[in-house]
Amino acid sequence: MTMTSAPKRAERTAHAHLPRQHGGHRVTRVGPEPRGETDPDRNPPGGRERPRTRTCPGTGTSAATTTTKTLRTMTCTDSQWTMTIASLQLRLHSSSTRGRRRRWSRWRRRSSRSRTRPPPLLSSATLTRWTRDVCTPVWTRCGPCSGTRLPDSVLTQAAVRCDFDPQRALDAVLSGEDAPPPHAQEQPLPQRQQRGRVRESSQAQLETEVLPKVARMTVSGKKQTMGFEVPSNEENGVPSPSVRRAPSPDVVSVTMTPETPSKLLGGADEAPPPATPRPAGSNKNQLNVREELEKRQGGKPLLNLVVIGHVDAGKSTLMGHLLYLLGNVNKRMMHKYEQEAKKAGKASFAFAWVLDETGEERDRGVTMDVGMTKFETNSKVVTLMDAPGHKDFIPNMITGAAQADVAVLVVDASRGEFEAGFEAGGQTREHGLLVRSLGVTQLAVAVNKMDQVNWQQERFQEIVSKLGHFLKQAGFKDSDVSYVPTSGLSGENLTTRSSVPELTSWYKAPCLLEQIDSFRPPQRSLEQPFRLCVSDVFKDQGSGFCVTGKIEAGFIQTGDRVLAMPPNETCTVKGITLHDEPLDWAASGDHVTLSVTGMDIIKINVGCIFCDPKEPIKVCSRFRARILLFNIELPVTQGFPVLLHYQTVSEPATIRKLVSVLHKSSGEVLKKKPKCLTKGQNAVVEIQTQRPVALELYKDYKELGRFMLRYVGSTIAAGVVTEIKDFFLSPAPRLSRS
Amino acid sequence: MKLLHKDIEKDNAGQVTLVPDEAEDMWHTYNLLQVGDSLRASTIRKVQTESSTGSVGSSRVRTTLTLCVETIDFDSQACQLRVKGTNIQENQYVKMGAYHTIELELNRKFTLAKKVWDSVVLDRIEQACDPAQKADVAAVVMQEGLANIVLVTPAMTLLRAKVEVTIPRKRKGSCAQHEKALERFYEAVMQGILRHINFDVVKCVLVGSPGFVKDQFISHLFKEAVRQDNKVLLENRPKFMLVHSSSGHKYSLKEILSDPAVTSRLSDTKAAGEVKALEDFYKMLQHEPDRAFYGLAHVEKASDALAIDILLISDQLFRHQEVATRSRYVRLVDSVRDNGGTVRYLNQLSGVAAILRFPIAGLSEAEEEDSDSD
Repeated sequence: MTMTSAPKRAERTAHAHLPRQHGGHRVTRVGPEPRGETDPDRNPPGGRERPRTRTCPGTGTSAATTTTKTLRTMTCTDSQWTMTIASLQLRLHSSSTRGRRRRWSRWRRRSSRSRTRPPPLLSSATLTRWTRDVCTPVWTRCGPCSGTRLPDSVLTQAAVRCDFDPQRALDAVLSGEDAPPPHAQEQPLPQRQQRGRVRESSQAQLETEVLPKVARMTVSGKKQTMGFEVPSNEENGVPSPSVRRAPSPDVVSVTMTPETPSKLLGGADEAPPPATPRPAGSNKNQLNVREELEKRQGGKPLLNLVVIGHVDAGKSTLMGHLLYLLGNVNKRMMHKYEQEAKKAGKASFAFAWVLDETGEERDRGVTMDVGMTKFETNSKVVTLMDAPGHKDFIPNMITGAAQADVAVLVVDASRGEFEAGFEAGGQTREHGLLVRSLGVTQLAVAVNKMDQVNWQQERFQEIVSKLGHFLKQAGFKDSDVSYVPTSGLSGENLTTRSSVPELTSWYKAPCLLEQIDSFRPPQRSLEQPFRLCVSDVFKDQGSGFCVTGKIEAGFIQTGDRVLAMPPNETCTVKGITLHDEPLDWAASGDHVTLSVTGMDIIKINVGCIFCDPKEPIKVCSRFRARILLFNIELPVTQGFPVLLHYQTVSEPATIRKLVSVLHKSSGEVLKKKPKCLTKGQNAVVEIQTQRPVALELYKDYKELGRFMLRYVGSTIAAGVVTEIKDFFLSPAPRLSRS
Repeated sequence: MKLLHKDIEKDNAGQVTLVPDEAEDMWHTYNLLQVGDSLRASTIRKVQTESSTGSVGSSRVRTTLTLCVETIDFDSQACQLRVKGTNIQENQYVKMGAYHTIELELNRKFTLAKKVWDSVVLDRIEQACDPAQKADVAAVVMQEGLANIVLVTPAMTLLRAKVEVTIPRKRKGSCAQHEKALERFYEAVMQGILRHINFDVVKCVLVGSPGFVKDQFISHLFKEAVRQDNKVLLENRPKFMLVHSSSGHKYSLKEILSDPAVTSRLSDTKAAGEVKALEDFYKMLQHEPDRAFYGLAHVEKASDALAIDILLISDQLFRHQEVATRSRYVRLVDSVRDNGGTVRYLNQLSGVAAILRFPIAGLSEAEEEDSDSD
């Protein structure tokens, strides 16, 4: 720990004069750290160091703050400002500056030796803590829309200038006369605000209980937000402006009574929302995440698409060709692939090589792992995942499908091949069931290799009727399934409507790309706490390492601290990349690469879940689930060994207890403690995994509550988590002090 | 294991003297021992001596002690058995009632006395002393990033090494990391094989994986063996056998062992037999659920009806230290044997399962309160 001494402090004051220029976007770090960064007292319990820029409502004053060393000093309504805290702060400052500095640095020296608490007066560390502990609830109460932050350096500056007259100083600060010129366009930070929103709702329930004293962070505080009652969307979705309207000064004095620890904990971390002057602050703010999300990528919503189907149906070729036609693969590369493929004696695989990049995949002509890339349609940005079709790689396919919103099912139209893929041993059925169980509801079926059957309408109809029957059974709505005749090799009917007369004579409907374009983008759960499932871990240049995965809920910003479960380690997000482009933030639904520091790469495996440290995911090794058994040969008994596929994890597990058999549609209990489960049954079971896994209940997070069970190379059941049996409340992750 | 001496009275009390000569015999011994038995074996004891001047010296002496067994501790990976208990035969070094822990050693005889030698235990001795039952097989079950190296001995499956390497996925435009990590993984598995598989003893090495991992691994293994001029691997090349498995987790070993290509080549290991028995059971459960029972209560009912054709029972249950519980299982085994049924050992399905000769309907509904065993 270093000691901050008087010169440094002077530097800080000087620093406040510097004009702050931060482009239109959020700035990562402004200038040198004004204070001893290592001082633990200065870190709020939230422990986040996040640079941010804010625009004060009402005045348009912009305050760029450097790190957590911001003081949340003011709350505001649309027109009113509440300044109790700031004035208090300023009163504390009302001795001579020099004396204060001297005393302060003396204290610093002493406290670093003796670790005593600072004297209440004049220690800015105390001030910070006080502000954090006392003001935060105020801020939280006032609602995310109303708070703002000013760096204390600015405040100090103002105080000095106004001879420590709080009123004047505040006026000065607020009117922005010594603040840097306001930024033309600050990027609002909807994310933060959303987070505040989630907390707000849980807080609303606590409104009545006023705890007698301020407690430091406790586990019980944590529980309130991380327990089973995760606030639902409805609660969050409908803001109640009256509650969150910033209180007038006299209200503040009431709300200043310290509140529950959870709020302190949560509040310390929350940044105030972007507050640009606007009439109906809170409502507008709430829209912002979505707005931002919509604005990004030129207003095109993001869609995660998985391509599935039996081995050799032509998935990779179809997609490779589509990418080529869309110009995502340049001619030179394509030519190279063609030449190489020809040399290897498999010229027809050239397009597949766009997505099959490893030597092994090219040698064998089989996709082994999910190939990921992106392309754009007229109205969407599509993250494409090309799943392997081979039976042995279904675990890989599951990781891909678990991250998908929509799917393209590719079937081979040629004689015998469709049947081979569709009958019992083929993957067409298994893949179809898998994606449906993993939450995909919209499906486009590409009836591929139609050129080999001369674009016969009868063949197409035959396949459509057979598949249609099956897909309906699997649970797809007829209206959500569309069929497109295609040819991956010749590229017919992929990006433009075909001109082949055999086809155009009977097929008038859209081509594959248009079908993909017409998928409805899924709802993103932005209000829930952050969750990301790690699908890949790798080293990149620079410090730390990278993880790839889909954000299942919430949002993330650079500089955030995240918690990895089950290892229960925290780390800091240094960078976010989406489709190879760096971003400052990303939200639910994005397939991002995070570069993180502060954690050992060894501890992170594929299948870990990164989550909000305040509201961590549950970790357990035994849970109760409702499962639907597929067409299985062996009956499932107690003690049945299975492989649990959950998001990107595959973990050996055992079925410990057969709790009951349920009626398929009504869900009523047909039989308790059945002897065994047979095909097609709907049952409640208890599952024990070998090692703990991070899980969520289905009712809380739809995507994170689903899993698949496999046994000896075939999928035997799909399930949803209904109850966690041995829920380890993991020790609170170390927050700021380290 | 060699049986040197067996002296069992009419009332089934008595003692046997055995010499373990393989690591696996420790496993058998572990299954023979029970709390309350007395065990005599040679052991090392630290003895403190006080000289006339009062100075204290300690020395380690080898002595033979007889203990009344209190706790039994088996290390399945190192195959070591430690037995703790109180001394019941005083000698010059150790007082009566003093605690001691014997670690049983290979090739040193021990004598085990029990108040009751039941059929299951006697069976176990017979099994352990049968020299014909020997087929040492090693198996490597792997998938990308995960490999389990196991030793399959007649009575048990020993996990020798687990290799876990994080392998980055292929990413657009860069497979170098993926391929490098794969190399590293194969290298780690190869080292595992060299360290843990003794090719003098092992007759066959099964390599099982989904997809092409096994082929890739084998080609890597022998390429490396040639490069490093590793005689052991090159000489034993014919012992390697590739089999398909659905995953790299340990439980996939079962798939490998039930592969027809393997069963034809291997003599009957216990693991393979277990797989077969389990398969029969599941088939029966599927087709004639009234002829396949599991769970102690149901199986006992079936046994009372003399219906059991094949009893599948976990040997874990006989390690139960509570005499009453254990004798309940022994009674079950005895009654099945007496009535012409066969008994097989397996570790699944909550311990006990049975295939019946004739269907018994409606038993599963009759009572539902006791199937809570985990």
